Amino acid sequence: MTSSGYATERETTEGRVFTVTGGDWDTVTGSIDPLSNEKIVVNMGPQHPSTHGVLRLVLELEGETVTEARAVVGYLHTGIEKNLEYRNWTQGTTFVTRADYLAPLFNEAGYVLGVEKLLGITDQITERAQTIRVLFMELNRISSHLVWLATAGMEIGAISMMLYGFREREYILDIFEETTGLRMNHAYFRPGGVAQDIPDSAIKKIRDFLVYMPKKLKEYEDLLSGQIIWQQRTQGVAVLDVTGCLALGVTGPVLRSAGLAWDLRKTMPYCGYENYEFDVPTATTADVWGRYQVRMAEMRESLKIVEQALDRLKPGPIFVADKKIAWPAQLAVGVDGLGNSLEHVAKIMGQSMESLIHHFKLVTEGFRVPPGQVYIGIEHPRGELGVHVVSDGGTHPYRVHMRDPSFVNLQSIPAMAEGALIADVIAGGASLDPVMGGCDR
Amino acid sequence: MFGIEGTGDVSGFGGLVRPHPEVVGTPKPYGSYFDEITDALEDAYPGFADALEKVVVDRDELTLHIVPEKIAEVAQIMRDDEGLRFELCSSVSGVDYLNTDARRLHVVYQLTSMTYRRKVRLEVAVPLGGNVPTVTHVYPTADWQEREAYDMFGMIFVGHPNLTRVLMPDDWEGHPQLKDYPLGGVPVEYKGAEIPPPDQRRVYQ
Repeated sequence: MTSSGYATERETTEGRVFTVTGGDWDTVTGSIDPLSNEKIVVNMGPQHPSTHGVLRLVLELEGETVTEARAVVGYLHTGIEKNLEYRNWTQGTTFVTRADYLAPLFNEAGYVLGVEKLLGITDQITERAQTIRVLFMELNRISSHLVWLATAGMEIGAISMMLYGFREREYILDIFEETTGLRMNHAYFRPGGVAQDIPDSAIKKIRDFLVYMPKKLKEYEDLLSGQIIWQQRTQGVAVLDVTGCLALGVTGPVLRSAGLAWDLRKTMPYCGYENYEFDVPTATTADVWGRYQVRMAEMRESLKIVEQALDRLKPGPIFVADKKIAWPAQLAVGVDGLGNSLEHVAKIMGQSMESLIHHFKLVTEGFRVPPGQVYIGIEHPRGELGVHVVSDGGTHPYRVHMRDPSFVNLQSIPAMAEGALIADVIAGGASLDPVMGGCDR
Repeated sequence: MFGIEGTGDVSGFGGLVRPHPEVVGTPKPYGSYFDEITDALEDAYPGFADALEKVVVDRDELTLHIVPEKIAEVAQIMRDDEGLRFELCSSVSGVDYLNTDARRLHVVYQLTSMTYRRKVRLEVAVPLGGNVPTVTHVYPTADWQEREAYDMFGMIFVGHPNLTRVLMPDDWEGHPQLKDYPLGGVPVEYKGAEIPPPDQRRVYQ
């Protein structure tokens, strides 16, 4: 039955099916009547440069038109939610931060807000810790949107945009590294506060960034907005209106590009977002162009919030006062990376037996969290990140579920792609900004 | 790591005895906007008394425990009624209450009303492998989320258009988020060499 080394054929109830894995297209299609046998099933991904991660799309094509699209996920499932249940509450942050690796601080924020609500210490979080959280989340939002701009640019054909986007993101990662010790996967937000105070050098970097970034945003827009190819690849492509978004649970920039100004920072504030002045950018075109406009405007709004947060940053404690919860560590950057400061170790070891026992118990066993369940929704760069935290009263989470916006938003791929051209599948998929680490967890 | 028995819990705290508190219903009035929600649902839904198991208000969150067979009807009313308007189903997830509840699998629906800026949680409880009517015809977004819950816990969403695994491989056996499914319960294969799960490794004692 094999017609060549590459294409095998077999008879099915739906007609003759050819499986093609490579080779010269003309040889493959030479023996097929193109008028009656035009349906092609393309398996795109999970290893494909423009599917935005290990996303697999199964596309049924008539010519260049997509008649059916199915997204297949799960290739990056790492069992984060299961693993969490075997570690204590504080260690949980090191797991959740690895889910959506482009927005690690948001994963941490959703999780720690949940744990704090279960503990009933939401009101005790210090002003400084709260402000640092907002500051870092907004910087993270910019870095996440920059990666979106970079990868979406690359997938649509603007390769230089990729270089610029990643270049500016490095700047933000440097700020994170200076404070948390790591560029990604920080485990910086802890139940009760943040792991480390911001050093003055990082504050100076953020100030410089606030001057530097607006110019760069202008540069990106000069590069892309007037570009005829960029316009034609994005305008009127992958349209999804408000009704479609709500039915499919799509939130974030995609929903706002359809005209609904639903932003949890405004509508259901957390972390003191109600005290910051910023706008919720929207578009009305509901297409890839609109999502581009919304994300560009959101980066500018985030810069505004970062500036306000810097002005609010007053000296003070970064952890709750309750010694039964506060992590008993004072970290410092040593020659081998971030670790307990030597003075602090000397203090614990030398002070008293009780303080050593307390330190040991809190670090190894962890604190207990009263039984119950909470759901926290926060505005992630890609939409609503929901964290459902259940405690049975123990020192480990009983169950943590992350409603990741990438996972939910990817369901809209068929709605966006079917009936459109195959090139628009790439633009539409990119406009959702899926991050498979978050989607598959 | 070696010599672990039982669940394969390698954290070192497997011997801790966990308390199993019972979830008790909250009496009226519930406070906040919660009374308005229950009243609106009672007015709009004739079978309210039969469908509601209990109401729990905890940490400023309202949970309505619903009879599993009625969940799709309740979801429909929650979405469509003028006074409720829960347009968005934010999240569907499962929880396994092993040894705490005879109907150990719980499905938790987080609904958001964009009109009133309110949140509510619906919860149903079924035994292992039990049936829950799907809500995909009310909230299409529940499609993948129900598939995930099925994948991880094994409850059957009756009427779901395509109830298959979504995160685990198609041919996977078992449902990994169940509390009696061990962590690291499968051999790890790396470049042809195989490392057995913790409970089957050689024991040095």
